[in-house]
Amino acid sequence: MLKESIGKRSEKVKNTIERGAVRKFAEAIGDPAPIYIDEQAGAASRYKRNIAPPTFPVTFDAGKIDGLDLPSKGLIHGEQIYHYERPLFIGEDVYCWMEVKDYYEKSGNFGEMGFLVVIKKGESADGELLFTEERIVIINEAARKGMTV
Amino acid sequence: MNRITDFQEGDSLPPIQLAPVTRLDLIKYAGASGDFNPIHTIDAEAEGAGLPGIIAHGMWTMGNLAKIFTPYLEEGFIQDYAIRFKGMVFLEDVITLKATVVEKKQRQVIFQVQAVNQSDKDVLKGDLVFLL
Repeated sequence: MLKESIGKRSEKVKNTIERGAVRKFAEAIGDPAPIYIDEQAGAASRYKRNIAPPTFPVTFDAGKIDGLDLPSKGLIHGEQIYHYERPLFIGEDVYCWMEVKDYYEKSGNFGEMGFLVVIKKGESADGELLFTEERIVIINEAARKGMTV
Repeated sequence: MNRITDFQEGDSLPPIQLAPVTRLDLIKYAGASGDFNPIHTIDAEAEGAGLPGIIAHGMWTMGNLAKIFTPYLEEGFIQDYAIRFKGMVFLEDVITLKATVVEKKQRQVIFQVQAVNQSDKDVLKGDLVFLL
C-alpha cells in the first residue's frame, strides 16, 4: 500500500517566513547569527535582507498526501537532503508541496525494512523553484503491519 | 578570519564542539521545528519505544552542523546539504561538528561534513556544496 503512494502529491500550501519563527529556530540550533536575526546586518549583507537557516524548511506546512498515513511509532529518519537555488528570505511567501518519490523494501538485521522517499518543494510567489528537501524514512516491519490493519 | 576560498582540498574548517546535550535543547527544538515526537522529550515515551532514554531529533544535529558555514555566508550559500543519520544522540552527549574540503571547483567548494560524539563515533555524516 505504500508502494501505491509513489507519485502522489499534496496540494500547495502558502507559508510565510516569519522573523520571530526564524529567530526561535536559529536559537534552537545554537546559531543565532546576525545574518538570520539582525535586521541591520541583513540589510548590509550580500542578500540585502535576512535569510533563513538551511534546515528551516522542516517548519513548512506542505499539505497532506491522500492515503499516506504513517504510523507514529517505528519510524527512523534515515537521510535528509537539501538543494537550494538561493537562500530563503525572511518575509517571503513560499508555496510548498510534497510528493512520494519512491518506496522500496530491503531485508536487514531487523527484518524487512521499508524505505519511503518523500520530497518537499518550495516555490516563490512567481512559481520559481527555491528549494527541494528529500527525506528518507525507514519503517520497520511491525509498524508496517500495523498500517494494514 | 579565513575566507572559504582560502581553504584547500584536505583542509578543515574550524570544528565546533557543542555543550553537552540537555533536555531543554530538545524541548526548544521541538517547539521551534514543530516536531513534537515525544521520544525526543519524554523519558517514558522513549523507553516505550525501546530506547534507553530520549534521543535528539536528527534534524537538531543537522541544523547545528550547518553553523560551521554561517561565518562564510557573505561569500556564498549552502547549495546542497545531504546527510545520513548514523547514530543516536543522547542527553549529555558532547557533539563535535566537522567539515573538510574534498574538492574545489570554479564556483563550488565541496565538503565532507560530520558530527561525532564523545566516543568519536559518527552520529551523522554527509556532503555539502557551498556555492560561491
